[in-house]
Amino acid sequence: MATITKDQITEKVIASLVEFGEEPENVKPESRFEDLDIDSLDLVELAQVIEDTYGIEITDQDMDKIVTVQDVVDFVSTRQDS
Amino acid sequence: MSRRVAITGIGAVTPLGVGADALHDRWTAGESGIEDGMGRADEFEPTDHLTRRQARRMDRFTQFAMVAAAEAIAQSGLDESGHERAELGCVIGTGVGGLGTIEVEHKVLLEKGQGSVSPLCVPQMMANAAAGALAIEHDLRGQCFGTVSACAAGAHAIGAAARMVEHGDAVACVAGGSEAAITGLAVAAFGEMGATSPTGISRPFDKRRDGFVMGEGAGVLILEDADAAESRGAPILGYLAGYGATADAHHLTAPDPSGDGAARAIGKALGDAELEPDDLVYVNAHGTSTPLNDRSETEALKTALGEDAMRLPTSSLKSSIGHLLGAAGAVEAVATLQALRAHVAPPTLNLEQQDEELDLDYVALEAKELSLNGHAPVAISNSFGFGGHNVVLCIEAAS
Repeated sequence: MATITKDQITEKVIASLVEFGEEPENVKPESRFEDLDIDSLDLVELAQVIEDTYGIEITDQDMDKIVTVQDVVDFVSTRQDS
Repeated sequence: MSRRVAITGIGAVTPLGVGADALHDRWTAGESGIEDGMGRADEFEPTDHLTRRQARRMDRFTQFAMVAAAEAIAQSGLDESGHERAELGCVIGTGVGGLGTIEVEHKVLLEKGQGSVSPLCVPQMMANAAAGALAIEHDLRGQCFGTVSACAAGAHAIGAAARMVEHGDAVACVAGGSEAAITGLAVAAFGEMGATSPTGISRPFDKRRDGFVMGEGAGVLILEDADAAESRGAPILGYLAGYGATADAHHLTAPDPSGDGAARAIGKALGDAELEPDDLVYVNAHGTSTPLNDRSETEALKTALGEDAMRLPTSSLKSSIGHLLGAAGAVEAVATLQALRAHVAPPTLNLEQQDEELDLDYVALEAKELSLNGHAPVAISNSFGFGGHNVVLCIEAAS
């Protein structure tokens, strides 16, 4: 499988958050979920999207360390390489 | 001490459109919201009224309730009322809650497995979701719950809310019912049990009636301590004058043919309002268009109202919008109040060949003016549900 770039992952994550109801202009890589209108149910949905799209599971323990949009992108990117 | 319960706002989403006025104006004009055998709220577009995020996180039945409640609350001025938020209640009935969500997510479970079921499934499907969502949206911090009694749920919600206000547990309560059950499973299930009309025509009290037509939507009323409403200058549209509720204890889905339970509910509602049958000017019938209901309801009206039953114009909104199940009682309460305020009995549509055994004045095909008796106009609105639930609301328009 071809490696997916961080830009592509970022695009996917942001598109998901916008689908969840965030305004596109509010979502940046450095955005913290707690500052966005994103709650724990949204994060579960995001984890499902990641698993469906990239086959990478994000556990509850992993999720505890994820604070920003960029954290998700880095997590997926690292797992993909490993 | 018991407080008088004023109605200070009304709202509706129905197959006749978004808004209580669309409901009243179009029903009175004899228009139908039923197409292809279904009463769909086709004019309702969630994101016209809700944010994208709200709409996405709510089942359709909660969306309906949010929009009907927004209309009623805006009219009453409840958000700006200055009432203690802890003294504001919310009771919203539903027949089945988020059935559309359940069907979608069950398919996901079977096809893709547990890990793919949406984390939003529970907050969307639960039958109390509408009540909870309204409390959040309007900061209602008093008693808040859903009522579940099939097609009597909306009327039960209004009755429970009225008691809350009368007793002083709440200064005001957002009350109503909501339903969005035109789904594959519900259409099949009601059809297979023989409850819905194979011809897709809602014609209560007609000898050709063959079942109800499914509808969807919501109705919401603001019930408020009349003294508190007056002192803040709220619009007083009318009063919830009486409430009566009983059970048939007969059969889970068939009404007691004698209409005994329904008649007792009518009697209790009148007693609660301290009124006699000759005080009434209109009856909003449950009138489902099923062979059994329309017969037993007619019996109940005769038993409870005696000679006055023959005099009273008695019409069914379900002829125009279908049966909104858990929303029906609330939408009909809204429509009843509007009819009283306009001094008109809206018509029973499609009633062309009245059943010879059913001999009340069902206001066939065309609206008629109400004969007033020198007092503020008062009506009863009947709601009966699978389970044998009978609820009657006695509604008075402000004079």
